[in-house]
Amino acid sequence: MKRPLSALPTLRKTALPLLLVAGWLAVAAVVAAHPGHDAPDGDAGRRAAKVSSPADSSKPSVPSISKEDGGGISAKPSRAAVLIGSVTVFVLAVFVGFEIINKVPPTLHTPLMSGSNAISGITVVGAILASGSGRWDAAALLGAVAVVLANINVVGGFLVTHRMLLMFKKR
Amino acid sequence: MILESLLPLAYLTSAVCFIVGLKMMSSPRTAVRGNLIGAVGMALAIGAACFDRGVASHALIAGSLAIGAVIGWILAVRVQMTGMPQMVALLNGLGGAASTLVAWSDLLRGSSHPVDTLIAVGTTGLIGTVTFWGSLVAYAKLEELKGFREPFSLPGQQVINAMLVIACCGLTGVLASTHETSVQISCYIGIVVLSTVLGVFLVNPIGGADMPVVISLMNSYSGLAGAATGFVIDNNGLIISGSLVGASGVILTRIMCKAMNRSLFNVLFGVMGGGKAGGPTDAIYATVRSTSAEDVASILDGAQRVVVVPGYGMAVAQAQHAVRDLAKLLEAKGTTVEYAIHPVAGRMPGHMNVLLAEADIAYDKLKEMDEINPTLETVDVAIVLGANDVVNPLAKTDPNSPIAGMPIIEVDKCRTVVVIKRSLSPGFAKIPNPLFAAPNALLLYADAQKALLDIVKAIKELG
Repeated sequence: MKRPLSALPTLRKTALPLLLVAGWLAVAAVVAAHPGHDAPDGDAGRRAAKVSSPADSSKPSVPSISKEDGGGISAKPSRAAVLIGSVTVFVLAVFVGFEIINKVPPTLHTPLMSGSNAISGITVVGAILASGSGRWDAAALLGAVAVVLANINVVGGFLVTHRMLLMFKKR
Repeated sequence: MILESLLPLAYLTSAVCFIVGLKMMSSPRTAVRGNLIGAVGMALAIGAACFDRGVASHALIAGSLAIGAVIGWILAVRVQMTGMPQMVALLNGLGGAASTLVAWSDLLRGSSHPVDTLIAVGTTGLIGTVTFWGSLVAYAKLEELKGFREPFSLPGQQVINAMLVIACCGLTGVLASTHETSVQISCYIGIVVLSTVLGVFLVNPIGGADMPVVISLMNSYSGLAGAATGFVIDNNGLIISGSLVGASGVILTRIMCKAMNRSLFNVLFGVMGGGKAGGPTDAIYATVRSTSAEDVASILDGAQRVVVVPGYGMAVAQAQHAVRDLAKLLEAKGTTVEYAIHPVAGRMPGHMNVLLAEADIAYDKLKEMDEINPTLETVDVAIVLGANDVVNPLAKTDPNSPIAGMPIIEVDKCRTVVVIKRSLSPGFAKIPNPLFAAPNALLLYADAQKALLDIVKAIKELG
């Protein structure tokens, strides 16, 4: 009676699409890591580590240098490995989210919403990285605006949640 | 260099803080600390980002953070508890906008993005922009701004929306398959423009009663936008935090839909059939009996168990403090006073609980619908305060009603039902409510706050 919703139906309804998305991303990652089937020898592995190309099969030959490519001896993981890692983290975190949020009682749903809203302000990290290049260009400006917006979200969200929760705590 | 390699661990730690913080939200006793732990996690993440190797202009960042903090602080301190839905809608939107700008900035910066990053950029643009504009429209609706009061949709709205989504996916495809920065930027701007239209189109046709669903959904989207940003900048901290919020929004959305017996698709695209199923209003309301504050006072005076059913009307009339005064008075006389909260009462999940908590009403007296319904037969007086559709027995009796099958608070089983309402105007579902004409129902035509104050005065006079 405490919980109007058990975790199971939510999981069942959401798991399938999630797995499909994860699978699709994983396939895309593998395709991205192996540009073209013409790479004949062991060199392919090393190339795959440094190069990725569009998943779009109509343009298999356009390579692009991956972010990790710092030059030198490549001990860094391939782009595909990074992506699969990220997708794994994403899917697992969604399940963790379902498990813990289902235990929040309805009486706290508004603070839950404003609090989780503040957490979604984590995009402020991306905004800081985007604005901090040291150059004064359009990208830095967009980043700075994003920092302002995201930090309104963060500070406003945590503070208003705190205000609300104090009212619940009084008793 | 050592510091550099520790940064991912800092992001992981902040994500763990968020998980622990959300977990502590499972009880009002631990929730305050949970929220603070979440805030510490965020501070840690912001600090870690400032130490990143690529960050050089600390003055710009400190300035921007300060501006955001001041605005956020002012908003959070000044907002009224009744204005909470608007506040959450606005904050959701800002998060979405920030994600859109981050992805844009990332696109401007480099020309050597791998494909999956470019796909993530397009996705972030889509979700972020839809969140921003959808939330702004929701905000306008909640503030009841001109032009947004009535739900509005174009003919073939679903087809138009579907085509907008497909066009955005197409542009993302083009964006990911080219290496011309100018083409990429044009595609991105195209995505932002189309999703602006999409965001407005998605939320504009949705009426006031469905706002809890919309806010939950936007909450979910703002999290997903953050997660998508994490894919853009390869940061697991963002991915974890964003997907936590995404999951939270999905669960709340599902609870809201379930409480209205409607599917999400139906809420987003269906139009509530107005007025057709209810029959002629005058005939239904022929036997309505009205009452006065003094009469209600004498009924309450002899009651053992009283249940208050609050709705959006209580929020509008700011009547939560008057409710508390009445409850204190009755409890002093030995009457049990409880509150029956429907999941979709008000404009956002948990809206009523926050208002009643603001008025110092203990949370253990707030009963969920499923918990209180089986005991309503033993209730002497139910006071329906600005609620309508959530107590409409047509949901159980009329299979053709727009609210058919929606779970309701079954106050018609109580011995006496006092409905405090300004007029007999219908609720959001635009259907009459036979409860008002039931033999055990009494109508008190008044503003909720004024009515309660009058009742309190009358009870005091009774001694």
